[in-house]
Amino acid sequence: MYFRHLKDPSSLWPGLSASELTRRQFLKLTTIAGAGLTLGTMLPEGASAAAGAPLATPFVRIDPDNTVTVVSKHVEAGQGVWTGLPAIVADELDASWDQMRVESAPAKVPLYGNFAFDPKGSVQGTGGSTAVANSWMQLRQAGATARAMLVQAAAAQWKVPAGDITVSEGVVAHAASGKKATFGELASRAATLPVPTDVKLKDPSQFKIIGRDKLPRLDSHAKSFGKQQFAIDVMLPGMMTAVVMRPPRFGGKVVSFDATKTKAVPGVVDVVQIPRGVAVIGRDMWAAKKGREALQVTWDESAAETRGTDQIMTEYKQLAGRPEAVTAAKAGDADANLKSAAHTLDAEFEFPYLAHAPMEPLTAVCQLSPGKCEIWAGCQFQTIDQVNAAAASGLKPDQVVINTLAAGGTFGRRANAESDYIAEVASIAKASGGKYPVRLIWTREDDVTGGRYRPMNYHHITAGLSKDGKIVAYKQRVVGQSIMAGTPFAAMMKDGVDPTAVEGHAGEQYDLDNVHVTWSQPKSAVPVLWWRSVGHSHMSFSKEVVIDELAEAAGKDPVAFRLALLEKHPKHAGVLKLAAEKAGWDKPFPKGKGRGRGIAVQESFGTVVAQVAEITVKGDTITVDRVVCAVDCGIAVNPDVIRAQMQSGIGYGLSAALHGKITMTDGHVDQTNFHQYTVLRINEMPRVIEVYTVPSTNPPTGVGEPGLPPIAPAVANAVRAATGIKLRKLPFDLAAARTAKA
Amino acid sequence: MPIKLTVNNQSHELDIDPDMPLLWAIRDHLQLTGTKFGCGMALCGACTVHIDGQATRSCVTPVSAVVGKSVTTIEGLGTPSGKAIQDAWVNLDVPQCGYCQSGQIMSASALLAGNAKPTDSDIDSAMAGNICRCATYARIRNAIHEAATALPGAPAGTKG
Ligand code: FES
Ligand code: FES
Repeated sequence: MYFRHLKDPSSLWPGLSASELTRRQFLKLTTIAGAGLTLGTMLPEGASAAAGAPLATPFVRIDPDNTVTVVSKHVEAGQGVWTGLPAIVADELDASWDQMRVESAPAKVPLYGNFAFDPKGSVQGTGGSTAVANSWMQLRQAGATARAMLVQAAAAQWKVPAGDITVSEGVVAHAASGKKATFGELASRAATLPVPTDVKLKDPSQFKIIGRDKLPRLDSHAKSFGKQQFAIDVMLPGMMTAVVMRPPRFGGKVVSFDATKTKAVPGVVDVVQIPRGVAVIGRDMWAAKKGREALQVTWDESAAETRGTDQIMTEYKQLAGRPEAVTAAKAGDADANLKSAAHTLDAEFEFPYLAHAPMEPLTAVCQLSPGKCEIWAGCQFQTIDQVNAAAASGLKPDQVVINTLAAGGTFGRRANAESDYIAEVASIAKASGGKYPVRLIWTREDDVTGGRYRPMNYHHITAGLSKDGKIVAYKQRVVGQSIMAGTPFAAMMKDGVDPTAVEGHAGEQYDLDNVHVTWSQPKSAVPVLWWRSVGHSHMSFSKEVVIDELAEAAGKDPVAFRLALLEKHPKHAGVLKLAAEKAGWDKPFPKGKGRGRGIAVQESFGTVVAQVAEITVKGDTITVDRVVCAVDCGIAVNPDVIRAQMQSGIGYGLSAALHGKITMTDGHVDQTNFHQYTVLRINEMPRVIEVYTVPSTNPPTGVGEPGLPPIAPAVANAVRAATGIKLRKLPFDLAAARTAKA
Repeated sequence: MPIKLTVNNQSHELDIDPDMPLLWAIRDHLQLTGTKFGCGMALCGACTVHIDGQATRSCVTPVSAVVGKSVTTIEGLGTPSGKAIQDAWVNLDVPQCGYCQSGQIMSASALLAGNAKPTDSDIDSAMAGNICRCATYARIRNAIHEAATALPGAPAGTKG
């Protein structure tokens, strides 16, 4: 996701003000923030200092039972924030890792706002690989503050100077007197003390937990024993289950429906119309599902998308040849230099729609009571979800309680401006009169056919080389729907360009003198959304494939050719060199037997990743044997989570490269479930994945998305090295590309 | 007529449609939510349980088909191979979002129960029915090897 261009975010969601802190508190917070401190140090209003009370700050709570609970404003969707955020606090606090716990924050801005989205923290949400980067200083401050208060409490209790007290592994100690206490023993007294505003943070060389290689995840046990609660697992007394019949084509609307047969299905409780379709409510999922199968709905499809994806792609190609486009990046004069180039390259790329298909299909639970709406979901945009649930239930945002649960994957799907599934469940609860709590479950078919896809894209690149093999011109036309246009995020578009449509282009990533990147925005009723790594998911592909082909045309080694273009990008260069070195790039790769090796590099969300892919082509099948991955994400907060996220990005990216496509015929989505929307399975996961981290003292940047963009181009480049076949259409179809070449 | 089910060694009588998939009976009626819904078509493995020890997709198994049989869910997994698998899962931090992992663990423990020393290819074929969108596959492989090594009777000094 991309939020760095947010100009005046407070205007985007007018309803947000209702859930903000009071003006006085807000000023206090911003004053503290302005003085160089962060917000983790405020005692909540009315915090009790009685005996047995915890030491509670908005981000850390130390209970008398000696547990330290970190309040996570970010959703845990697998990316490891429930481990990364506690690690940051635990280190500054000198806690023992065993005593760390984590819980989700309520929806509240700016207190729990994402300051990487915008400096005011007007939106609470997770995305753009920002969680650790955004929490880094805030949580270090929170940990250090709590530590200082514990030390003060011990000093007062033992009547010794605070400066003589040490803290280590969760024990506060005074060596001279031999006195010792746990955090839990000191918590209540510490809670009575004034909150210090001048705590000192550790020097990175003193970190003990941050950077520890095998720091156990806090959620592994629950997730290995079936005990992690997801939204789909919420069971409230009297709760009913709903499924929704939605328009068969995007943009369709309900005209009327006949529920006679549905209501005859045993266990069906009610059938209600909501803005997005017709909901069938049953006493269990089976009843709701069977009820929906019997439902008859008449649709108004006058505004529906009726084209197929083949036709849409044909239109994209036509649009690429027309002048209607906005400039996303321009330097020098690409046109003139292209004309005088010694060698030119002309390449077209096609990318399909992609569904996120998180393992947990979209699910949300809603309970309405007078003046209150309570939501349980794997919320990725808490305060936006709050506003949308309020609108759907006819309440005010501050009457909506958001319970953020672990999400069974999201990859961007749960973060959308309309909060589609959350608005739906609130609408259903309202339409059924709030008589019972409602759990809405999307089936896999609902998910795969439900839109909010990664946009289809067409890229046309023309590039020129000089006689001595230097890139003298790089032109790219991108055609793809805007994610932001028509949503409140449109305020983040600059000069008519949706940054998420073109992010990661060659002009950003390499030192090029003559670049021109333009973007055309076709319209469609197919809703699109950020999909893991967003624009980088396609922009990195065409760029890294073209750069590789240019290297070949120039007769240069792909790594050396790139390094020559990265003088002003030392981070890219460092990562590329590390990947090449660990992969043994300097040694010739054994040719023949369909084997090939390729490389790609991409910066996304502040993190640079390079990958070397070694592949085997047999018949029309590509097997990825080994991936060597290097990453620079600043200080490695949790090396094992970084490794896991690189593996995950590689697997998710490979899934899209080898299989992923949503197509439509006459506006109907052709795929419905995993037999048609095929995804990577264990037998296709590379047997060897090595991950290396560039040592760094820079503040941490994210790892949830950046592992993905390089894998597809690295594999395509390896296939070209092995076979000469140019893969320029996703997902890869070796047979088709072979025919096209012949 | 009530349906009689034995789940995790406990018997239950449920007044439900005999066609109801076992998945929804154990989730919605027995409130055992460790078993997950992912596709409803035997395509993803999230709903895997053991029926008389066999890994089975509960989303396509009608409750009428398991009357008189013994159903084990992740909550009741207590076999030596199951325990070894779960320990290895925690030890190697396999889960990411965790949603697929109950199903992965039920499939992996059934694999180990029948094959004490699976090779990578054995793992690929036994586990290919379980999708993980977080792509924890590399760690799943390693964890199965680790569990195999930890099980009594595993050849000494073997490492996957
Ligand atoms: S839910 Fe049963 S296999 Fe997917
Ligand atoms: S851990 Fe997320 S789907 Fe497997």
